[in-house]
Amino acid sequence: MTEKKVTLSKRDRWDVMWHSQLLQGSWNYERMQNGGWAYSMIPALRKLYPNKEDMAAALQRHLVFFNTHPYLASPIIGVTLALEEDKANGVEVDDEAIQGVKVGMMGPLAGVGDPVFWYTVRPILGALGASMAINGNILGPILFFILWNLIRIAFLWYTQELGYKAGAAISSDLSGGLLKKVTRGAAMMGMFVLGALIERWVSINFTLKVSEVPIQKGGYIDWTKLPSGTAGIKEALIERAHGLSLTKTKVTTLQDNLNMLVPGLAGLLLTFLCMWLLKKKVSPIVIILGIFVVGILFHVWGLM
Amino acid sequence: MDLNAIQVILVIVVAFLAGMEGILDEWEFHQPLVACTLIGLVTGNLTLGIMLGGSLQMIALGWANIGAAVAPDAALAAVASAIILIKGGQGTKGIGTATGLAITLAVAGLFLTMLVRTISTAIVHIMDKYAEEGNWRMINVSQWIAVCLQGLRIAIPAGLLLAIPTETVRSALAAMPAWLSDGMTIGGGMVVAVGYAMVINMMASREVWPFFAIGFALAGVKDLTLIALGAIGLSMALMYLALEEKVSKGSGDAAAAGTGDPLGDIIDDY
Repeated sequence: MTEKKVTLSKRDRWDVMWHSQLLQGSWNYERMQNGGWAYSMIPALRKLYPNKEDMAAALQRHLVFFNTHPYLASPIIGVTLALEEDKANGVEVDDEAIQGVKVGMMGPLAGVGDPVFWYTVRPILGALGASMAINGNILGPILFFILWNLIRIAFLWYTQELGYKAGAAISSDLSGGLLKKVTRGAAMMGMFVLGALIERWVSINFTLKVSEVPIQKGGYIDWTKLPSGTAGIKEALIERAHGLSLTKTKVTTLQDNLNMLVPGLAGLLLTFLCMWLLKKKVSPIVIILGIFVVGILFHVWGLM
Repeated sequence: MDLNAIQVILVIVVAFLAGMEGILDEWEFHQPLVACTLIGLVTGNLTLGIMLGGSLQMIALGWANIGAAVAPDAALAAVASAIILIKGGQGTKGIGTATGLAITLAVAGLFLTMLVRTISTAIVHIMDKYAEEGNWRMINVSQWIAVCLQGLRIAIPAGLLLAIPTETVRSALAAMPAWLSDGMTIGGGMVVAVGYAMVINMMASREVWPFFAIGFALAGVKDLTLIALGAIGLSMALMYLALEEKVSKGSGDAAAAGTGDPLGDIIDDY
């Protein structure tokens, strides 16, 4: 065992984590996150390679193709930090080993990050915040912003530390058992919440009149028999509270009928239609614009 | 309403942050819930901004660029709709129209994203040069330049929208017939489904469909808040995984068979 000459302090690793938040900043079609990756490593490389030639070699080594989920890059960064530290201390770590760890981890980890963060945590927190915000409640956006960033920063820091401490041994571990379980669990919870969201928030209202039947006398408020002025308003409100109808006829819209069957059915069917279209490779943008056109047409025709 | 110079600058700063985050995806300043609220705050229309953010967030829940599917740009949609809404001065009534207009703009914004990502290719080539010299300082600077370009991607369109005189925005919105703006509001209510469909297509498997069905059915009980629903969903997922582990440990045969169907395994053993 060679005695370690340089080690990365907690402060250095924190700086790396902070830098890693710009991982996608220079995202490009050629090597994707490579610039951001090199930028993330710089606080560590400065400490490890004070010598200019070593620094140049290290920078070039880290400017190769890289792409994964921006948060799941953290455990990979952690492992790479451990390897670079060994290398700087004279242990034989060739460039291929570092490259191998990066490539070996980035694929499986991206597969975990997308469903967990983009498709479970963000929609759930977003829906929670939005449902409050729609009524003008400032807590909605505040809750979303604080919860999201707490979860995110904790995740970045602890997974990077995990990777750093476990070193290269972790790379096979991480893509196996536990993470698979987390992904599956996230998908289950995500699907549950999606089912609920579609029922609650896809708003489709068919105003088309299905029937209009007259209500028996005594079942509606007889406006002609009310006393005039405020007394009349009071009387009308009392009668309304007793369940009397405001009009002489009872209007049933298509929506009332649908709601009796299954509330939210129209929204569910629309979602299935969109899923089918997306699977047929129709661009989401075309679908979105199409829905606006349909909404306008149906409204003009009196369907909605 | 007319905005004074300070307000204009602050809106552009928010737009810049949203543009940066649109690519970084870290602090989430580009999510409508945050961006619209901030624009509402700096222009003195806080409540209006929050409400717009909420309804736009519902639409944008599933928007994420993964694989070949390209979603509209949430950052531009949020910033543009907030500016249109506030300049239009229609109050909460204008939310539907502003959303509809902004989504159309957000589609146009995709071209800007592609443009900046192409420019970034040139930037990383510059980084290569500095790397050869071991010049880490200039790599840091280059990275920040790339990030700032992403910020400008939203800040410049926001500035252009702000430059249009308030009167023009207002009269254009007022000239819009009721059938069009009402229809757009109705469309906005339905567009939410596209985001959900994108998410479901990514996550759905035979194993998780029952969770979807239960969620849909339970949401009909209006007394249950979203937090309560979330707690039920989380508990069920945990129970499912715990039971699965128990079964695979308890009965070696069933686990070895790997049916992936814990309930079936339990019934078989019974």
